Amino acid sequence: MRLEGLKKLSDVSWELSTAYKPGMKVPVRIFASEKLLNNMEKEVFEQISNVACLPGIIEYAFCLPDGHTGYGFPIGGTAAFDPRTGIISPGGIGFDINCGMRLMRTSLTAEEVRPRLEKLVDTLFARIPTGVGTGGICSVTRDEFYDLLEQGMQWCLKKGYAVVRDLERTEEHGCMAGAKAGSVSRKAVERGYKQVGSLGSGNHYLEIQVVTPENIHDKKAAEVMGLTVPNQVVVMVHCGSRGFGHQVAQDSIYKFLQAMQQKYHSNIRDRQLACVPFDSPEGQEYFSAMKCAVNMAFVNRQMIMSRVREVFCDIFKRHESELGLEQIYDVTHNTAKLETHTVKGKPRELLLHRKGATRAFGPGMSDIPAEFAGIGQPVIIGGSMETGSYLLTGTKEGGKTFFTTAHGSGRVMGRHQAKKQFDGRELAAGMKKKGIYIRCASYAGLAEEAGAAYKNIDQVVKAAEDAGLSRRVAKLVPLGNIKG
Amino acid sequence: MPFFYRDDLAAADIAFQAEAEGLEELFDSAWQALLGVMVRDLSQIKRREKREIQLKHESPSMLLLAFLEEALFYKDAQGLFLLPVKIKISQLSDGWELYARLAGEAIDGHRHELGTDVKAVTLHGFEFEHTDKGWSTIVVLDI
Repeated sequence: MRLEGLKKLSDVSWELSTAYKPGMKVPVRIFASEKLLNNMEKEVFEQISNVACLPGIIEYAFCLPDGHTGYGFPIGGTAAFDPRTGIISPGGIGFDINCGMRLMRTSLTAEEVRPRLEKLVDTLFARIPTGVGTGGICSVTRDEFYDLLEQGMQWCLKKGYAVVRDLERTEEHGCMAGAKAGSVSRKAVERGYKQVGSLGSGNHYLEIQVVTPENIHDKKAAEVMGLTVPNQVVVMVHCGSRGFGHQVAQDSIYKFLQAMQQKYHSNIRDRQLACVPFDSPEGQEYFSAMKCAVNMAFVNRQMIMSRVREVFCDIFKRHESELGLEQIYDVTHNTAKLETHTVKGKPRELLLHRKGATRAFGPGMSDIPAEFAGIGQPVIIGGSMETGSYLLTGTKEGGKTFFTTAHGSGRVMGRHQAKKQFDGRELAAGMKKKGIYIRCASYAGLAEEAGAAYKNIDQVVKAAEDAGLSRRVAKLVPLGNIKG
Repeated sequence: MPFFYRDDLAAADIAFQAEAEGLEELFDSAWQALLGVMVRDLSQIKRREKREIQLKHESPSMLLLAFLEEALFYKDAQGLFLLPVKIKISQLSDGWELYARLAGEAIDGHRHELGTDVKAVTLHGFEFEHTDKGWSTIVVLDI
């Protein structure tokens, strides 16, 4: 739909001025093609303009090409706040704190993998807990869980589940400093400590993918990231902080609503947008709890990839080093972070909320691995199980969104409708005919994830590239998939 | 029909609407609607394990959300699908109190036809009404 008051800045950028809604402190900037924009629900604009009303917001409230309705912030929404005068809002991070993507390369080609694809996928499905209410790969005590909340992937390194490169090639090196286990509820711990190393369900998945020559957009960047052989196979995982993170988010929303009413006497425009001053006891407690969930999700993805490595070694009967099972990168797309960016020509510390949005640092920026300094931070944007995903990099021009880009496709069809329209078994059979072998814990859940239920990922990443937010390196086409 | 799923709400997730004459009945229907997302046939859940819960909240609407969150807690923390056997809700001078007996069993992917995991009960689009005909609610679940 086309909104009244929407101003076109370019083919891929649009603005809603502060006149759009009373209380807006900054304009809204939307980065999307006209086609993607016209398909965004009205609720997206209501949500992002609500974000623009929040105290301490800097420059703009941003909506990215995959923007769609969320809780509080839209998914595909980003906003930066002054850490001293601004707020922190769990709705700007999401229930699934540090839902994110991890990509690992292998030295195998599709030709080598295809003959063993079914056995590989079946074994991964048997050995990685997937679906509703499953346990985790890792059996930890509550005390060990408290440790990993504070240490993140450092804990994995100590226990032998990770190598140093895994940490170096993860955002925040796999651990956000300042996570205090005492800031999370007992309920959150109970919901989470048995789920370390589990995939979950919904749109979470583990996918074996191939990089075909015709799908490489930037050969040089692909080579820097270890993609050097035609039809090279990679493995991607998409999951988050499981029940632990969901409970941390839930706890915080209720605490913040109470604080807003009783302590700060602030106006609640949307309860899912509950917020408190970042520089407050409540704000800092949530920030610490959020970091615990961020760290748990990094550990979660590490445990899963560790298991993937074991399975590959078992199936191909070769050592990990021979199989070249190296992590390319791990990105989070639901988090809040303190970062320094240029605002009106001067460096300024900001609290960046990224909700269904991915950090995309450009070439030469600090906090990306030295080997990627020339090309920019790797970015992973997930598509549907039928269409594939993308590997990209950040760009020099990304400062316009504080170096943030899209995270995925976004849904266009409701889950219940997709379940009625598609049959999970038929979908799986159809995908098998096209060469994609899938195992799932629920065929009803699979129907919900049909490709037709999602936006076109090619359009999303093209729009992000045209806007200068990220650059395509390669499209990753699915070969095999496990889902909850 | 005690509950039905709303296709027109929450494209990214799942929303349900529940209606009942009595408040306890509404709570029961809402719990079943939530469980029904995760396990397709509730009759597959045998009553092997028992739990009791007691909750208190300032309003019946927030009491409902807290009640539904217990289903998610038991699913993740104890790996159980539970269904209400008895629900008693009382209005006090300073709020609303709920006592419930729940019964169910461990989640079993071989016997339970699994649906999709529910992450959270959201406040998004939450509606809770008491009219002459009874009670109704709309709840959006994060998937």
